Amino acid sequence: MVEVSRATRLHPLQAGHSGILSVSVTLAENATRISLRAREDAIPALSKALDLTLPTKPKSTASNGARSALWIGPDEWLIIDGIESSVAEDLRKAKVLHSAVDISHRNVGINVSGKGADAVVNGGCPQDLSLSAFPIGAASRTVLGKIEIVLWRLAENEFRVECWRSFSNYAYAFLQESARDVAA
Amino acid sequence: MIIKCPYCGPRDVIEFTYQGDATRTRPNPASTDQDTWNAYVYDRSNPAKSHREFWLHGGGCRQHLVVTRDISTHIISSVVYARDYIHAGGK
Repeated sequence: MVEVSRATRLHPLQAGHSGILSVSVTLAENATRISLRAREDAIPALSKALDLTLPTKPKSTASNGARSALWIGPDEWLIIDGIESSVAEDLRKAKVLHSAVDISHRNVGINVSGKGADAVVNGGCPQDLSLSAFPIGAASRTVLGKIEIVLWRLAENEFRVECWRSFSNYAYAFLQESARDVAA
Repeated sequence: MIIKCPYCGPRDVIEFTYQGDATRTRPNPASTDQDTWNAYVYDRSNPAKSHREFWLHGGGCRQHLVVTRDISTHIISSVVYARDYIHAGGK
């Protein structure tokens, strides 16, 4: 007897609608976001103004309440805060050379949560997402498929993906399809 | 291929962008010698051995790097910041 195995046929627009998935891909709440650029000597004054210590190591973050600072590069941070935020006014008080650009509307946040969230993100991201290499609280600029993202691990099975607004359709569809693949 | 960024550590090559041969030196901008400029723009040695090249860690810390890589084996022997490489006179 010959056994015939057939692949399940899925509609290309079916992503995220094929029953129960272990990983959910949802839109993050709107947020205030600042792209902060500064040299090393300005870090103490900016940390004081922000009321948190700017991280200086790769993949590290610092949080105080709803406000978080993500290390992106040696002179670059992404500040994420709640929608009602005084972060721009706070930074204005720091009288040191820096650049703070409001990118609240440039980025879109997507939450990936549930058991296997790391596998879903790894569907398009080459980073080692084991807890030893990418612990809870770690964040990094990296790639997802063909776009650039900022990836932030909020819990063992919860990631936040920050991508540019014009890439958000791509990122959302990509992650949903990846979630479907992981569930299969 | 994995490139070990001096800031971020080992990262997959898809986070990086190749930016060309790092062994060339730009001729004096005032030079009008056609052969010199022709050689600078078009001539490449393409050796089947160790080679220096510029890479940008665009999907990461955005630093420009100089990677010494064996073209035939892809073994990377060193990765340094491009600014340090240039300041050291391309050595």
